[in-house]
Amino acid sequence: MDLSSINPTLLLASLIVASTPILLAALGELVVERAGVLNLGVEGMMITGAICGFAIAVNTGSPFVGFIAAAMGGALLALLFGVLTQFALANQVASGLALTLFGLGLSALLGQGYQGIKPPPTNSLDIPFLSDLPILGPILFSHDLMVYLALALVAAVWFVLNRTRAGLILRAVGENHGAAHALGYKVIRIRIMAILFGGACAGLGGAYLSLVRVPQWTEGMTAGSGWIALALVVFASWKAGRILLGAWLFGGISVLQLNLQAAGVAIPVEYLSMSPYLITILVLVIMSADKSRAPGSLGRTFHASD
Amino acid sequence: MSLTRFLASAVVALGLAGTALAEDKTKVGFIYVGPVGDGGWTYEHDQGRLAVEEHFGDKVETVFQESVPEGADAERAITQMALQGADLIFTTSFGYMDATINVASKFPDVKFEHATGFKTADNVSVYSARFYEGRAIQGHIAGKMTKSNVIGYIASFPIPEVIRGINAAYIHAKAVNPDVEFKIIWVYTWFDPPKEADAATALIDQGADVILQHTDSTAPQAAAEKAGVISFGQASDMAEYAPLPRVSSIIDNWAPYYIARTQAVMDGTWESTETWDGIAPGMVEIGEISDAVPADVKTEALEMKRLIAAGEYHPFTGPLNKQDGTAWLADGEVADDGTLLGMDFYVEGITAEIPK
Repeated sequence: MDLSSINPTLLLASLIVASTPILLAALGELVVERAGVLNLGVEGMMITGAICGFAIAVNTGSPFVGFIAAAMGGALLALLFGVLTQFALANQVASGLALTLFGLGLSALLGQGYQGIKPPPTNSLDIPFLSDLPILGPILFSHDLMVYLALALVAAVWFVLNRTRAGLILRAVGENHGAAHALGYKVIRIRIMAILFGGACAGLGGAYLSLVRVPQWTEGMTAGSGWIALALVVFASWKAGRILLGAWLFGGISVLQLNLQAAGVAIPVEYLSMSPYLITILVLVIMSADKSRAPGSLGRTFHASD
Repeated sequence: MSLTRFLASAVVALGLAGTALAEDKTKVGFIYVGPVGDGGWTYEHDQGRLAVEEHFGDKVETVFQESVPEGADAERAITQMALQGADLIFTTSFGYMDATINVASKFPDVKFEHATGFKTADNVSVYSARFYEGRAIQGHIAGKMTKSNVIGYIASFPIPEVIRGINAAYIHAKAVNPDVEFKIIWVYTWFDPPKEADAATALIDQGADVILQHTDSTAPQAAAEKAGVISFGQASDMAEYAPLPRVSSIIDNWAPYYIARTQAVMDGTWESTETWDGIAPGMVEIGEISDAVPADVKTEALEMKRLIAAGEYHPFTGPLNKQDGTAWLADGEVADDGTLLGMDFYVEGITAEIPK
């Protein structure tokens, strides 16, 4: 065993990179679920975002434009889900699963010809002075813009949901859509907007995979990240702060266990391998011992005649 | 004959002809563990499928299902393919072994071919390639090229095939560079690009300047490129990452085997066999060694390839000890296939432990 070969600075830096995709996707799904909609299509929206972002970034040479395209791609796919579930009143679980299958197929189709291409590099911010700080510089101040955007989004989602009137309305729609409707709120319109936001976030998360974390396009490259994000929302009891904690825990332990393996730590590999799932669930379940519960109208179909 | 009756009989005749045509066609099915666009393992199997289509033209129909998880769902996917009328089914991942055997017992008239496994039945053959021959050459190049003397190895599952590859690479890296050290990460997946990339990054962070992978995607290549270290293509050439980071590769060429087996089914000569071919018959190919490799190292590597192909050199030739120091192969002794197929130990010098 040689723990000295693990560099904690590099470890913490890669922790943040590893957790950003699921953080983005889970944040989006959080807003969707707080509005009372269960969209199981996160994986499909992520992978669609991954290829949209990749293709546009390669063609324009700008990762920034790529990320915008990824958000739009994810949102567009989510709109399909929104139309199906909010206007056609289709079953949300079935539509979400279908969305995942559709997204995987669509992305494979769009991705023809993009294998083995190198995306334009997403530059890390180089903040004068701060980025050069020893230890803190590489951990906190040398990431790309998306990392900070994701963190800012956590704060923004928390603030909007808990401290603004818009957030109150969104939560009301999610808790009891009948009552919200009776009060004159446009349940469907609010939900469609939440679904679009969720799709855009998932798309950004996917593009972060294909443009920064891997960085390349491979079919099926999300490999289940969307499902992890979905689970994270539940275990985080639909709270933005806990999603950040969960994403860091999961991303952090995933990276840590790989590093421990490489360092030859005397813990059986099987335990290391399952540790990210186990520890994340344990911590979040213990934290959710308070009275947190799912939004009251989660997954229920709404029609004004009800 | 009235018009209706004429039409009706025409339809029946056409229908019969259609069935007859369908029966003439040999239907060949493929079960893949990853997407056909993974750029590695599954991609090469799919190239083999396309070669079958091209070779037989109208006489054959191929079907495939991609991203089939190893485990319970595999049995469902294979059963479904058999029910769809496949005459020959290739299941192309180690983890499909029991599922293949189970389904085969229910469909005695369908022929099954399982890649990299060791269980056979009257209608189940196994086939694999001697990837370790390619690993030996990679190990040689890696041992010569590393400056930090740390070689990172991304391993998938602790099965004999993967362990064999680690041993073959280690033996030949060590032979040319006594100071070399292997760091091994088990990712417990064949295909998970983000995880493969993270594993490569972890190895690089810990000083590895050569990355060997036994997973299916090109993600480690991208990570190696980003960090400026070298890597090797796995299962497929991955030439899009040449000349750097990818300096060479192991290419699986399944096409001749798939064509031969399909032919055997057509001729009715198919029998349950165990095939394990290497560089000599062309099932394992060594991808172009790029100019990033010094000329003398390239010459040595190609010489080793020639000797292996000629049967003059076996990558597992004694003296070799097992990891615990017990003797395995005496001087000049060559490992037998049985030991290699069931390999569950590291050779002496590797410091890691095999997960149980």
